[in-house]
Amino acid sequence: MPVIGGGPPGTGPVETAFRDQWGRLLALLVARYQRLDLAEDGLADAFEAAARTWPDDGAPANPAAWLLTAARRRILDRLRAEAVAARKEPLIVVEESLRHQALDDLAFPPDDRPASGGAVHPGDPTGVGQLRDERLRLVLLCAHPALAPEAAAALSLRLVLGVPTVEIARLFLVPEATMAARLTRAKRRLAAVGAPFALPGPDRLGARIAVVASVAYLAFTAGYAPGTGDEVVRASLAEPAIRLAQVVRSLLPERPVLDALLALMLLQHARRLARVGVDGGLVLLPDQDRSRWRHDEIAEGLAVLKPLLERESELWPASAGRPVRESGSAGSAGSVVPDPAEARLAREYFLQALVAAEHAAAPTADATRWDRIASHYAALEELTGSPVVRLNRAVAVAEVDGPAAGLALLDGLDERLPRSHRLPAARAELLVRADRTQAALAEYDRALALCGNDRERAHLERRRAQVAATT
Amino acid sequence: MKYLALLAYEPTVWDEASEETRQAYHQAHLDFHKAVAERATLLAGEALADVDAATTMRHVDGQVALTDGPFAETVEQIGGFYLVDAPDLDVMTDLCALLPTAYAIEIRPVVTIEGFES
Repeated sequence: MPVIGGGPPGTGPVETAFRDQWGRLLALLVARYQRLDLAEDGLADAFEAAARTWPDDGAPANPAAWLLTAARRRILDRLRAEAVAARKEPLIVVEESLRHQALDDLAFPPDDRPASGGAVHPGDPTGVGQLRDERLRLVLLCAHPALAPEAAAALSLRLVLGVPTVEIARLFLVPEATMAARLTRAKRRLAAVGAPFALPGPDRLGARIAVVASVAYLAFTAGYAPGTGDEVVRASLAEPAIRLAQVVRSLLPERPVLDALLALMLLQHARRLARVGVDGGLVLLPDQDRSRWRHDEIAEGLAVLKPLLERESELWPASAGRPVRESGSAGSAGSVVPDPAEARLAREYFLQALVAAEHAAAPTADATRWDRIASHYAALEELTGSPVVRLNRAVAVAEVDGPAAGLALLDGLDERLPRSHRLPAARAELLVRADRTQAALAEYDRALALCGNDRERAHLERRRAQVAATT
Repeated sequence: MKYLALLAYEPTVWDEASEETRQAYHQAHLDFHKAVAERATLLAGEALADVDAATTMRHVDGQVALTDGPFAETVEQIGGFYLVDAPDLDVMTDLCALLPTAYAIEIRPVVTIEGFES
């Protein structure tokens, strides 16, 4: 699939159609045929045919209609072949009225203008709401709680955005065949368990959006998981996850969890080019060349974050950080009670984004406002109880109050993070600064024994040698 | 779609439950029945006797062999089931969420085997 790479976004008609149409056309085909595998294969074939013929023949006047016709022909061929083989695949549950609507849409395909044109339906003369709903159904189906989070993340990238299987495999560090099998299993499972292609009621939507957000963030962080390949290339694999968050946010405006998620991703991702040194080694935050940060993306992330910051006390009224649970009684009659899982996740991403924003705002490493970062981490620890957050908080506190204060916060973490090399590595650094060299060397050894990543091992070995040389 | 919901719980939870807790369990089942009547169809549902009363049959060397007890000795044991015809998994999980919170509930779709359609 030459046109559908993860490279720079193309501007040709096929690339444009792919970027704007893939998800909505797939949603339409799923509504009509109730088969994820057929819809995906049929649409992928249609785009391949487009890539073959459009450059010579010219793009059709209505690319969406052209693609749907090509996809439908392919799907009908497959269905006939299956009927001959008397094979029966389970169908995705789609409400009857939606199936009929999809039938109309296929007969009179929506045109190309994303979110502006579309088939005309009674009660929705512009068709905008309907198309948005269909794509949202697809998003919610791919991130259905009946799937394991990693399977949901892979399936969302494949079906909502059309990311090629080979790239998803590279993102999750598995062979392509393994990822293809995983995707097939996930598609089958959704049909077999009866996960519906439907929008949940307003009281359930918040919980489902929280799942979608965590699935998108999982896809993002996978791009930053230590790999053996080129770190810069791996970070670029995180980009589809940002696009996924942007798509979902465009479908569901006014959801703080999606705003906070997008801000967090943009701010973290803006540092990717500075994370890798000339030798290909990992460069830690304090040593990064800040001129290599993408300041345009930082500005974008801050712009998304700002409205949340202004509404902080309103969004998370218990300023200690806990979402209000089942307030039930007085007050917010009529308004939808925010889902506790959604509100909690929103605050978690928000606090992480604030940490990233502090780093981004510091012109030099020395100018970093560690006091603010330490307090964000304290709020985050109270919210999540996570030992990893505690570790990060300890590092921040050490910058403010000295290594002894940081070391004190690391006490008792060993049982909770028994296999983490980051804990002994962080403790080693703090011990060095507390002039306890022998203890530091022992911690470097522990970290080296636990660390499985070559790049990070190289870094730890270098640090250990530097410290050993001072004794 | 038809779903079988297998209700599992630790027997001690019920044995040691206070009268109020038992009342709450009953109420949860009543709520479930009411919601099922609105959004799905209840095809069957029973509470089962303790696993002490279970008999497991296998064929060993061509002979029927009976053992006392369930398939597997686990902390949680199947204490009852519901067979429900529901539109989809989301409705089914909504309904099952009404059942007592001490349950672990395994939700299994029922499949149709050709030649054996009811």
